Amino acid sequence: MIELYRDLIIDHGVNPRNKYILQCFTHSAKGFNHFCGDNFILYLNIIDDIICDISFEGQGCSISMASASLMTLSLKNKSVEYAFKMFDYMRDVIKGNIKQDSQFYDINVLSNVKNFPSRVKCATLIWHTLNDALLYKGKS
Amino acid sequence: MSVDIVKSVRDCFPIFKNKINGKSLSYLDNAAITQVPDVMISSLDNFYRNINANVHRGAYSLSELATEKYEGTRIKISKYIGASDPSECIFVKGTTEGINLVSNSYLRPRLMPGDEVLISYMEHHSNIVPWYLLCKELKAKLKVIPILQSGELDYSVIPSLLTSRTKLFAITHISNSLGTVNDLKYLINISHSKNIPILIDGAQSLSNGFINVKELDCDFYTLSSHKMFGPNGLGVLYVKKKILEKMVPYQGGGDMIKQVSFSNITWNDCPYKFEAGTPSIANVVAFGETIDFLKNLDLKSLFLYKKELFDYACSELLKIPGVKFIGSPKHRAEILSFILEGIHPHDVGTIANHYGVAVRTGHHCSMPVMDFFGVSSTVRMSLSIYNTEEDISKLVYSINKAKKVFF
Repeated sequence: MIELYRDLIIDHGVNPRNKYILQCFTHSAKGFNHFCGDNFILYLNIIDDIICDISFEGQGCSISMASASLMTLSLKNKSVEYAFKMFDYMRDVIKGNIKQDSQFYDINVLSNVKNFPSRVKCATLIWHTLNDALLYKGKS
Repeated sequence: MSVDIVKSVRDCFPIFKNKINGKSLSYLDNAAITQVPDVMISSLDNFYRNINANVHRGAYSLSELATEKYEGTRIKISKYIGASDPSECIFVKGTTEGINLVSNSYLRPRLMPGDEVLISYMEHHSNIVPWYLLCKELKAKLKVIPILQSGELDYSVIPSLLTSRTKLFAITHISNSLGTVNDLKYLINISHSKNIPILIDGAQSLSNGFINVKELDCDFYTLSSHKMFGPNGLGVLYVKKKILEKMVPYQGGGDMIKQVSFSNITWNDCPYKFEAGTPSIANVVAFGETIDFLKNLDLKSLFLYKKELFDYACSELLKIPGVKFIGSPKHRAEILSFILEGIHPHDVGTIANHYGVAVRTGHHCSMPVMDFFGVSSTVRMSLSIYNTEEDISKLVYSINKAKKVFF
């Protein structure tokens, strides 16, 4: 079958983790893909520059859903600095601009999307939403 | 219709000789763009090799030939859609530009604060946004005819939505997302009974049937060449002559003027007044060839064949557990939006593509329709005269494969 739909993508695409509204959060942003209508809301609870909790809500295809699910797992209890680094890495590796870094093996599966140009935006949507939340959407 | 005739029509379209992902192409996105026949491509090639010159200028043979061919297409399309006179047909970039032209050249000088423009819930964004922009700027109201669960207009409220303040009624002939065919005769009659001019968005019309603008008596009608087997980036706006003459220019530039000084400008005659700058000459000429091609086909039988193929496709799709159709209009073109329970349309689209099947997935530039049915996107299958039962079988096969991936 198509290399895009690896088991991990199907697993997270069909049964996404951390898909709920976070009751207590410090940062949040909406992500919308105007090409297809996929939309997400990302919630982050950041204390002393550490992402103590992270969740999302919304609807989308298996790729955008899996990307969001895998992102929440990879960023929980990590620093904001690490999250920015991951945003840069994921944006570039999904577009095929850089090679995979083996230390991120758990989410590198998303980089297969680079061979499906019309689906790149599905995989990057939640990462742009993350960047937006961290830069501009802190609760005052 | 015999399989041989459909095959001979399909053979006129060279794209079907190509492989997609190693599979033969099953192209089911005809509502977005139709494929083009060899004669259209040869015409483009011939134009650039042997004719390439600007129109309405130059006293040399090539320019005269280009002008003759360019204006020849105007005559052909005016006859094809039943206009009274070729000068009622303006070449534009497509349906979208046609609507924007009406918005700016006709409605803008006439729309006052508090006036109304009536559209419907099933419009393509191109028949929403230009009116939204103008209404917002001039403090007018954009009113919207609701739709029903069947995907049809709620005809019962139309008389009350056309008021003494309505300055234009703009509505689609065929919904690009639901396939609904609207009752143009009724819509035009009711609009005219209240002295309100009406614009018909005909983007989906001519790949699904025939149109006669004079018989319909609509005031504005706009179409896109790329949805009727012609080149892309080209369309036609038909405007009834007595209205056209009262319209102001939309864009300024060469060819749309008679005399220019810094204190006074005299506009060119219609339709040239609305065709500023060098037009898309090669495309217009190739569009003329496309019309000749269509006239040589037995389109009546081919449209009937398409309808039968559509009924077959619907019955096959309904056999798949989890497939749900969006809308069920009584009168419909061969356009179907559907969803598959538990699988997002984009995933269906990617998997279908793997098997050489091209279907549209997304909101189809009709977000209000998606909102109405409570979905963010659908899979859309839209048929044309060159589609076959094999295309349908491949679509069904790929949907079943998608189910195996996800369940």
